[in-house]
Amino acid sequence: MFILLGMPVVQIIIFGFALTNEVKNSKIAILDPSKDAATTSLIAQMEASRYFEVDQVIHSAEEIEPIFKKGKIKLAVIFPANFNEDLQHFNKAQVQLIADASDPNVANTLTNYATAVIMDYQNRITSDRKLPYTINTEMRMLYNPELKGAYNFVPGVMAMVLLLVCTMMTAITIVREKEMGTMEIMLVSPMKPFRIVIAKAVPYLLLSSVNIASILLLSVFVLDVPINGSLVLLVFESLLFTLVSLALGLLISSKAESQQTAMFISLVALFLPTVMLSGFMFPVENMPLPLRTVSNIVPAKWYYSIVKSVMIKGIGLHAVWKETLILMGMLVFFLGLAIKNFKIRLA
Amino acid sequence: MSTDKVITAEQLTKRFGDFTAVDAISFDVYKGEIFGFLGANGAGKTTAMRMLSGLSMPTSGKASVAGFDVYKENEKIKQNIGYMSQKFSLYEDLTVKENIRFYAGIYGKSDQFIKEKTALVLEQLHLTAEGNKLVKSLPLGWKQKLAFSVAIFHEPQIVFLDEPTGGVDPVTRREFWNMIYLAAEAGITVFVTTHYMDEAEYCNRVSIMVDGRIDALDTPEQLKRTYGVTSMDDVFLKLARKAVRSAD
Repeated sequence: MFILLGMPVVQIIIFGFALTNEVKNSKIAILDPSKDAATTSLIAQMEASRYFEVDQVIHSAEEIEPIFKKGKIKLAVIFPANFNEDLQHFNKAQVQLIADASDPNVANTLTNYATAVIMDYQNRITSDRKLPYTINTEMRMLYNPELKGAYNFVPGVMAMVLLLVCTMMTAITIVREKEMGTMEIMLVSPMKPFRIVIAKAVPYLLLSSVNIASILLLSVFVLDVPINGSLVLLVFESLLFTLVSLALGLLISSKAESQQTAMFISLVALFLPTVMLSGFMFPVENMPLPLRTVSNIVPAKWYYSIVKSVMIKGIGLHAVWKETLILMGMLVFFLGLAIKNFKIRLA
Repeated sequence: MSTDKVITAEQLTKRFGDFTAVDAISFDVYKGEIFGFLGANGAGKTTAMRMLSGLSMPTSGKASVAGFDVYKENEKIKQNIGYMSQKFSLYEDLTVKENIRFYAGIYGKSDQFIKEKTALVLEQLHLTAEGNKLVKSLPLGWKQKLAFSVAIFHEPQIVFLDEPTGGVDPVTRREFWNMIYLAAEAGITVFVTTHYMDEAEYCNRVSIMVDGRIDALDTPEQLKRTYGVTSMDDVFLKLARKAVRSAD
């Protein structure tokens, strides 16, 4: 009943409001050594549009790289030292736009918006002063100069595959044993429940390791997606995420009584949120606050952001320790809950 | 029959919230006995059996199985019992031999023991030729007999059988009871729940549960005499008519 009546409502809300590819209030950084009338008014216009929000003003070109690595900034607008002078004397000036292209769609949209704002300004001053001013925008796509979609979907696919293999398959096999009654026999045997759980999880851990390896090999050698960061860190984080998924699978299996239920819970409670709320398909930043809050409990969101940072941006543990800690916390929480639920005495 | 008690229960009770599934039952089971545990669906048979086999924690009362306390020593109980559920619980995708090896393995039996005994068991079951066949290819009756052999493979003191003959034809049921007799002769105590009254006649002693209580406990002959009827069926009907709890 709930599914019949609730599903359409939820879907309409999610698809209608939350899942837009439109980019709003993206955080940008400004480097404006010139600080003249023209740059000030351009910045004001950018901020006035609902697309941008100036998050920080930086003072040197060296700061650009680090703030992108922190991941807060999606776009940097760099003015030259004498923007207005150039514009007045030569009727020509340069602006550089640097976008974080680890998400190519967002990068593309943002640079288009920014260019539009700049063009708009250019046209206005041109018509005001009857002089042919031109502002050239030079774009730089950081991390993904060719704007390849693979840079975006490889981390997403990794999150999805691991979740699917570990969570769903673990849940289904354990529930299957419950259905067949073999679980009961094992519980009356002297085997420790902990060992049963481990024995059920290990095969999927191995399978997932193979999956991680094959996805990485394919993306490097076939899709030309580089692994810019440390491979060891990437593998470590992937194993961590695998363990979280396994714990989730165990948790589901301790609740579900039939394979269908297990499958349904895995799909609805994990797979859909992973696709929609991890940031892989739709930028999480633009979702309404309730959905953004919900997205925080989706493990894949954190893993996705880690993989992007490590693999595409090539940054180390110092930048992803927060996400790593969150995943570890989730692992402990879900595993604890699963073991508590997986009672040796069933009633 | 010996007078060593292998199972004792005193005022054993299990409540789920307001619902008292098993209401202060007391009984003893002796070594080598075939003890029938009868009752309508929902009378509390399975719950009682689960408490004795360590799957479910009693709410109150005392019980010991194979000399071990059900509250504190359920790990030791597990070493000494076998269990067969109504689902027969074999791995359909494994062969007969693999099933035996797996279940013997979880009881920590050595490879040597497993190998020797597997040959013996398969011979007894006339399944030697089918040893490497998948369990799902076997007829139901064979699966049932195999499941029983697996449940006593590790030579437990007591074997719990939860409605072991559900869905099996009369001839196979008869053969199955022969296996139970053999096991009892070998000294294994058999604790069996059933709702087939003809099977109750095969038991040494029978207890009849109604609404979570044990309303009668005696040999089948004595029960028939007490209630002045000629079959266990009639004994059961007389008692079960008093039930207020409906089967679920």
